[in-house]
Order: sequence, then C-alpha cells, then structure tokens
Amino acid sequence: MTAHIRSPKDFWSGLIFAGLGVAFVATARNYPLGSALRMGPAYFPTLVGGLLTMLGLVLIGRSAFVAGEPIARIGLRALILVLGALVLFGYLLEITGLIPAIAALVFVSAAGGHEFEFREVSILTVVLVVMAVGIFYYGLGMPLDLGPRL
Amino acid sequence: MSDPGLFHNLILGFSVALTPMNLLYCFIGCLLGTLIGVLPGLGPFATIAMLLPITFNLGPTSALIMLAGIYYGAQYGGSTTSILVNLPGESSAVVTCLDGYQMARQGRAGPALAIAAIGSFFAGTVGTLMIVLFAPPLAAIALKFGAPENFSLMLMGLVMAVVLAHGSIVKAICMVLLGILFGSVGTDVDSGMERFTMGLPELADGISIVGVALGMFGIAEIITNLELKEKREIFTSKVKGLMPSREDLKRSWAPILRGTGLGAVFGLLPGTHSIIASFTAYTVEKKLSKHPEKFGTGMIEGVAAPESANNAAAQTYFIPMLTLGIPTGAVMALMLGALMIQGITPGPQVMTSKPDLFWGLIVSMWFGNLMLVILNLPLIGIWIKLLTIPYRFLFPAILMFCCIGSYSLNNAPIDVYMAGLFGLLGYVLAKLDCEPAPLLLGFVLGPMMEENLRRTLVISRGDPSVLITRPISAAFLLIAAAALLLIIAPAMRARREQAFAEG
Repeated sequence: MTAHIRSPKDFWSGLIFAGLGVAFVATARNYPLGSALRMGPAYFPTLVGGLLTMLGLVLIGRSAFVAGEPIARIGLRALILVLGALVLFGYLLEITGLIPAIAALVFVSAAGGHEFEFREVSILTVVLVVMAVGIFYYGLGMPLDLGPRL
Repeated sequence: MSDPGLFHNLILGFSVALTPMNLLYCFIGCLLGTLIGVLPGLGPFATIAMLLPITFNLGPTSALIMLAGIYYGAQYGGSTTSILVNLPGESSAVVTCLDGYQMARQGRAGPALAIAAIGSFFAGTVGTLMIVLFAPPLAAIALKFGAPENFSLMLMGLVMAVVLAHGSIVKAICMVLLGILFGSVGTDVDSGMERFTMGLPELADGISIVGVALGMFGIAEIITNLELKEKREIFTSKVKGLMPSREDLKRSWAPILRGTGLGAVFGLLPGTHSIIASFTAYTVEKKLSKHPEKFGTGMIEGVAAPESANNAAAQTYFIPMLTLGIPTGAVMALMLGALMIQGITPGPQVMTSKPDLFWGLIVSMWFGNLMLVILNLPLIGIWIKLLTIPYRFLFPAILMFCCIGSYSLNNAPIDVYMAGLFGLLGYVLAKLDCEPAPLLLGFVLGPMMEENLRRTLVISRGDPSVLITRPISAAFLLIAAAALLLIIAPAMRARREQAFAEG
C-alpha cells in the first residue's frame, strides 16, 4: 500500500467495521430483501450493514490523512489467559461439573494477573467454590452437577 | 386513559415497595451497589449484567427494584472512597476527590461524608419526585405516538447518545450500527425466518443482552485492568465526628440546591454520564464562589454540589427509559433488557398496563436513597476494609460470576462462549477508542426500530417521506440532525484550521 497510515486506531477500527458490515450484508443476501412497502428479513440489516461498511471505509480513508495516536500495547498474556479460562470453564462445566470447572477457571485466569502464588490461588479457589455452590446450587437451585457425573 | 390520580398512584407504589420481599431486594441492590461503588475496577454495568440472569426468577418488579438499587447505590458508594482515599470507585465521583480528599486530609472526612450523604439524599428525593411529576404526562404524550414517531424518536435517542458521547463521532455511530446488526441476529419477528444464526440453533432466539453486556463491560474490563500495574495506597485514618458544623451546613445548602437542579437536567440528556453533571456542578460552584482559588483545598461546596448533581442525574436518568422506552445510556439499556427478558414490552404503556411495577419501582427508589444514608454512614469502616482486597482476588471472582451467570441463561455453554467473544471484541474495540455503550444502545433499540420502520412503511405504502411529513416525527428528526450538525461543524472547523496550520 502506498498511502501511509497516519492513524492506526482509525485504520483498524475502520477495517473491523467495514469487514463486519460486508459480512452482514453478504449473509443477508440469502434472505428475501422485500421492498420498502413490505420489508423482508434482509431489508433492514442490508441498510444498516451498508451504512456501517460506508462509515468503516470513511475511517480507513481518514486514517491516511488525519494523524492519530498509536495503538497501546495489547496485553496478549491477560487476553489469552482470561479468555482461555472462560472457554475452559464452558467446556469443562458439562463434563467435570461445577467444582473442577471453577478450579480451572480460577487457576488459569489468575495466571493472567501480575502475581501468582499457588497457595493464595488455592485458597481463593476454595472460597469461590463455596460461594458458587452456596449461591447458585443451593440458593438459586440451578441444575448443575457439582462434580463429574458417574 | 383514565387518570387514577397521583395520590392513588403513590399509595399503590408504597404498597408495592413496602412488601418485605421488595424491601429486601431494594436493600440487596443498594448494598451491592455500594459495594461495587467502593471497589475500583468493578462498575455498575458489569454488575447489573452479572445479576440479570439471577433476576429471571424474581418477577419483574423485584428485579427492577434490585437492579435500580445497584445503579444509584454505586453512584453513592463511589463518593465514599473518593473522600477517604482519593480513589473514585465510580467515574462520576472523580470530581468529589478534588475537595473531598483534601477535607479528609485536614481531618474533616466526617463532615465531608455527611454533606455528601445529605446532598445525595436530598438530590435523590428531588429526582424521584421529578419522575413522579413528569413521567405520567410524558408517557401520556408518548402513548399517542404511532410507528413513524416511535422510529424517529428512537433515531433521535441514538443520535443524541452518539453526539453526547465522548470520542470520535464516526466511531460511535459505527458502534451503534454494529449493535443494531447484532440485535438483528435470530428469528425475524415478521417472516419467522432465522437470520445470521450461522446454523446455530442456540442463536434462534437472538444474542442475549447478558452475553453482550458481560463481554463488553465485564470481561473486556478485566483484561484491560490486568494491563495496568496494581497500585493501592494503604490508608489508615479514622473517621471521627460525622456531624457537619453549622458553618458547613450554611455553606452547603445552596450548592446542594444548584447541584440537584443541574444534575436533574443532565440526567435527562441521552449519552451524558453523571460525570458531566457533577463536573458542571463543580465548575458552577467555583465560578459563583467568592474564593474560587480555594477550590481544591478542601472546600465543602466542592463536595456538596457534585455529589448532589450525580445523584439527581442518577434518578432522572430513569425518566426516558420508563416513559418512552428509550434507553439513554448503557445502564438503562440493561434495565430495558431486564424488562424484555420478563416478557414486558418497554414503552409508555408500561405505566398503565403495569402500574404496580412502575410506581413500586419509583417509590422504592426513595426508600433506597434512605437506606443508603443509613447503610453508608455507620458502615464506613467496613467499606474501607473492602478497599484493601487486591484486584488479583477480585477478578477471578468477577470472571466466575460472569461465566456462571451467562451459563444459566439457557443452561448451555454457548452463552459463556458468546460472552467471551464479545469480551474479545469489546477489548479490541476499546483499544481502538471505540466505546461499548453505543453498541449496547443500538443492540437494544435495533429490533424495535426495525419493527417500527416496517410498520411505518406499511402505513405509508412504502413512502419514507412520511417520517418528515408527520410533524412530531419531523421534529425529532430535525433535533437529531441539528445535534449532529452542531457537533460535526466545530470538528470540521478545527480540522481545517489544523490543516491550514500544517500547510
């Protein structure tokens, strides 16, 4: 690309918006568009998605002319560990039950913090398990398995 | 509409709000609100989103009473830590730090807290009264609106929210549009066709607002917070002597009145956070003072005015949501979400079709404010202790509540993954200076706008000009256009000047 990106924040957000806009408009082509008189399921999303794509392109265009701040460092470690802990929880919950899922969630996410001390995190896990079982299992009567179903 | 009279309505409200269960939920809400107001790094958005799934079992009135308590309780709790440890637990309490903390350093934390409490309670009472007085006539007008008016009103609401949000307008508009698109995922109400579900049967009912809110506010916030170095001062000062002196009261009553008035007006505007209300109130006091130079050194006016302002704003903030069904901020979007989850269509008809919910909620707000005064002052010691909980213990707990909460929506892991997906999106977009609140507004309003646009066009036989030929609808659109122009014009001017300067 010959044009220089002077505002990376505008450029990347524009790319995300335009990309999602195009994705919605393209998907909407599978549904009947209808007419203004009888708006089909695709009518409104196509309108909104088209507008979003346009504005996304405006942001991309603007990024070549108007200077902006650089993007702050992405905290990849926290991002991966927090989201990983969440996915792990969702995956484990129906296999191993609530208690192991919470333990996994707490240990993995805590590793995303600044300090990680095994003893401290273990105590935290016990406290949170007691809270969760008390509130959600006994208090609210949620249909959860506490441990693996045998 | 037969008007049963204000008195009758209030009696109904009291009878609902004073049931032991509702008092309990109001209390729980205020307690939780204060708690999160005190704890930095956990805001009302994430908390309300976390509790939304739990409120499914409560019934709409109790659910809203509790969620409302969380919101205004947080506004209240934020001031305590501002004064005592110079740490605003809630963003709107930043202004209170300026003079409140200075007063605490001079050993006058007690009077500062007491004035903040008195001001907040007064403002909360006035704000609640304003809802009582203005909500019925507003709703009566809104009930006459047809589909074109509703569509234009929602459009205006979104435009105002964008205009008054801080940061780039284009990005805020994009966030609204993206929110509307996410809102359209699921079964189309008109044709019964499934849209954008990517073949996932779990998405047939649409993306849950809980997942969006938990992800964009709760999870994205955790990841952002973890990047910051944890720093917390250890604070061990005792609060002694709560009573403000006669001099304090004499200096405070006028700022409390002015702050309340300003806050009440700012609360009505879409998109303004109560921080603007408290900041404006502070600036006004400084301008009016005979000693503006002393502000920032522990002036009690600098505590009284902003604290009253943010609490008044927190109450009147409910008016557009309750009367028009238009959320003017993220918290109200969540409240609307809570209503819809309970099967109630938000809008002006709520007041007449569910008077117990409407008036019960309003009266409970006043009780909530009373509880906050009683709750906060004697328990200050406990709140301060809570501040010493390090974030490394808090965030796994928050994450756990987010996960279990989203799982409980359908007892399926898909909602947990959805929250994670929106957490990722929210985090990345926040890095690119895109605020999450407009997305949430678009998400909630999108389906209603589509429905009203569809009905408008059916009525007008496909002619969109009906939106500008019906006077009320045209007025809304005109206001929206004017607001948009007003905000774009100075920006363009500034950019032109900048270009000239560079040339």
